[in-house]
Amino acid sequence: MADTDRVPTVIAHNAHIIYRIHGAAGSGTNSPLASLKRIVTGTKNAATREVHAVKGVSFTAYKGEAVGLIGSNGSGKSTLLRAIAGLLPVEQGGAIYAAGQPSLLGVNAALMNDLSGEKNVQLGCLAMGMTPAQVKAQTGDIIEFSGINERGDFSSLPMRTYSSGMAARLRFSIAAAKKHDVLLIDEALATGDAKFRKRSEARVRELRQEAGTVFLVSHSEQSIRDTCERSIWLESGEIRADGATDDVMKEYESYINK
Amino acid sequence: MAQMAVADSDTGLAPQEVARRNGLTAAGRLPSLPEYTRQLWSYRHFITAFANAKVTASLGTTRLGMLWQVLTPLINAGVYYVIFGVLINTKRGVDNFIAYLCIGVFIFGFTQSVVQAGSNSIISHLGLIRALHFPRASIPISITLVEVRNIIVSMIVLMVIVFASGEPLTVEWLLIIPALILQATFNAGLAMFVARLASKVHDVRQLIPYIMRIWMYGSAVLYPVTNFTDHLHGWKLTVVEANPLLVFIELIRHALMENVQLAGTPMRLWTEAVAWTVVVGLGGYVYFWRGEKGYGRG
Repeated sequence: MADTDRVPTVIAHNAHIIYRIHGAAGSGTNSPLASLKRIVTGTKNAATREVHAVKGVSFTAYKGEAVGLIGSNGSGKSTLLRAIAGLLPVEQGGAIYAAGQPSLLGVNAALMNDLSGEKNVQLGCLAMGMTPAQVKAQTGDIIEFSGINERGDFSSLPMRTYSSGMAARLRFSIAAAKKHDVLLIDEALATGDAKFRKRSEARVRELRQEAGTVFLVSHSEQSIRDTCERSIWLESGEIRADGATDDVMKEYESYINK
Repeated sequence: MAQMAVADSDTGLAPQEVARRNGLTAAGRLPSLPEYTRQLWSYRHFITAFANAKVTASLGTTRLGMLWQVLTPLINAGVYYVIFGVLINTKRGVDNFIAYLCIGVFIFGFTQSVVQAGSNSIISHLGLIRALHFPRASIPISITLVEVRNIIVSMIVLMVIVFASGEPLTVEWLLIIPALILQATFNAGLAMFVARLASKVHDVRQLIPYIMRIWMYGSAVLYPVTNFTDHLHGWKLTVVEANPLLVFIELIRHALMENVQLAGTPMRLWTEAVAWTVVVGLGGYVYFWRGEKGYGRG
């Protein structure tokens, strides 16, 4: 407990995250005239709603740890990861501190569907801050790792022609091409067929050795147990339990089986 | 059990203090302006690759492909010529109305498409913003680059039209290069400004078509600029003639046409153009940078 070697890599302190959702306006509220009226009178768009996704979460993660995030759908797990990555702002009064620049490795990373797989690899790598020389050197490896060329030359076809499994594999491969201080993985292990899953799990283990800390969001109990010794259970944006994976899992299971 | 420990119960320190001692930085911290500019510079390859990707993606599914980059300005000039040159005949006072009109339509169109694309730039790339780290100004700047590419093609078409309409080819034509560089910088600032504004207040997007139309009628695109001096005087004239788009359009007309009535002396127009570029270019950049960390929120 008083272990002085433990170096914190991520500290969350009373973190609140609120989404603002626009859209779903009824008829008559979206005409140009109504827009002008809203701007002039300063009234709020009735179609804008706030969703309080994470409510005052505090925890500290240390170097060398792999932390699993579990909880039912919509409990705020992915949102919390995005906030750790600095992609979503934390509300006033709380903060999340992290070592270096945490990287989010998700299956939802949006790329451009009208471009070929190869172009997407290049664009994704550049967006992660690689130099053109690094991108050139890695493009071949990334496509090979993703295995999309196993059944013919798919990497030169537009991404909209890919099956959802192929697209997810390519996105994972792009994100996994870079070394990270703090690695955040959002269900990425659940993509692709059994063969690719094995390959990606091996890659995550590699990344974990290089990375200080790994966070893993998954609904697969097995991959959490395999990868993480510590787990945090989120429910409706609040931490219900935080501790050794076995203990937290037991509590979580008794909760969902109720 | 050890896993339950929270930093402050371990050492009795505040989280901020623990974070500082271990060299942790707040996620989503706003970088300083010079730091942000450096980051943006290191992402220059991403910016150009993204701009190319946008062009390829938008034209990739059409049969004529890149040919549309030339066809779009041609059709545009044709439509306005038929309506204002043939049907309504607004020629009065301008010797070479075809050249005069085309310059106005093309140069105004440059800013108009940047504003329209800029207002959508954050909203339509929310997926990318929520997934990856990069200076967000990359997106509106990329979008400006796409339009720069389009205006270069348009300018070649324009120069052919102007030459064919009887204007002599002179050294003054080279002045379009500095004028377009100024306008491109002005446009980038404007794109960043509307990008942040529209990402906060989505309603702005509904109003932009109207604002741009009013702006067009105020920029002497479709009728002679002498209409202003005929009908307005005093401060009203000063306001109308300070309009940055009028200034940019007049600069190009000055460069490409011989006998054309300008809204002011060339010296005054150049000064106004530089002033507008600095104010809007820098202002838009600073305004966009201030909102850097909130774009992921949507």
